[in-house]
Amino acid sequence: MKGNVRQAILDNQDDITEEWGSRIEQFRQDEALQNVSSAVYENTSRDFVQKLLITIQQNDVSGRDLNQFVERLIQMGWPLNFITRGLQEFRKSAVKVIADHSGEVKDQLELFQEIESWVDDVVDQLVNQYSGSWENTVFLQKMALKELSAPLIPVFDKISVMPLVGTIDTERAKLIMENLLDGVIEHRSQVVLIDITGVPVVDTMVAHHIIQASEAVRLVGATCILVGIRPEIAQTIVNLGIDLGKFPTKSTLKKGIETALGMTKREIVELEG
Amino acid sequence: MQVQTHVDINSEWGIVAARQAGRKLAREVGFGSVDQARITTAISELARNIYLYADQGQIKIEEVAEGGKRGMKIIASDQGPGIKDLRRVMEDGFTTSGGLGAGLPGVKRLMDDFAIESELNQGTVITAVKWLR
Repeated sequence: MKGNVRQAILDNQDDITEEWGSRIEQFRQDEALQNVSSAVYENTSRDFVQKLLITIQQNDVSGRDLNQFVERLIQMGWPLNFITRGLQEFRKSAVKVIADHSGEVKDQLELFQEIESWVDDVVDQLVNQYSGSWENTVFLQKMALKELSAPLIPVFDKISVMPLVGTIDTERAKLIMENLLDGVIEHRSQVVLIDITGVPVVDTMVAHHIIQASEAVRLVGATCILVGIRPEIAQTIVNLGIDLGKFPTKSTLKKGIETALGMTKREIVELEG
Repeated sequence: MQVQTHVDINSEWGIVAARQAGRKLAREVGFGSVDQARITTAISELARNIYLYADQGQIKIEEVAEGGKRGMKIIASDQGPGIKDLRRVMEDGFTTSGGLGAGLPGVKRLMDDFAIESELNQGTVITAVKWLR
């Protein structure tokens, strides 16, 4: 920003702050900001305009003060349009206040262009910061989701359990298959129990993936037992006309483990005494 | 009191969103847990068909009332390639994507009313209703 425009803004900063304050106050009706108390809102708004003025004073768009302020807004969960709207209002306020004070039309045009391009730069930078922070959050959540995706747990010698919780999409289905086969070989399992108690919906795709996985398990020499089929899921499976006749199913994990022990010629007995 | 929900399907997450919206409305209308599961599964099938064959489309869910009966209507629409042979897609075991081929006939069995309209290269609209008993 050119020196004379900067000077003009700084000379009139009190008027600009006041003008900006009344404009931004109207923006409080926004849904995401309903729960914010007016004291907090006023403080934050004042902070915001102060940081903008500091940034202008230092003539450095990527100044630390403004960045830290935005970082704080992100953490508090304020909407991005508070920032974009705030900057738009700042531009209008600055142009209006300075235009009222200076006479020459030519000067005003230059002033307008200077402020315009400065605000654009700041918006660009802050929006980037905001979206970067969201992308980061989404990425972390994806990683967290992947971590609890499909573990294979060896519960007894030759018997493993894979509990499935949540929605099964294409990516998870792939993971399930890989973990199943790797696990069966690593733990030398003979019987694998797939527990679908935590799967909310079993549609044809989910059923198809489970059938494929159990077929693959059969090929490496083990047997799959499907457990945890809730009554309503059982009815929808029948309605859909999915044929699960090829592999054994049990209502609960407990019954599944009993069957699995039987298949590996063992049983749990209570000790006398 | 017409409750309407509209979900755009353009990724696998859209399927999950449509399903959850459906389950919520089904519960509000008063369906039992078995019918809730049926409706959710039907929405899941329809949404997945949109995602698989048409890339994008919409699922509309609404409460309906007719002649003293109450129920829930699902409308799945897309502007995809359309279905060439309507009779064949309603046969069990017919599939073009290597799936089980149980989707559309399954939805018909899961719901009470079922209608399908499709035009080649124009798109497909499937309407399905479940009545409250």
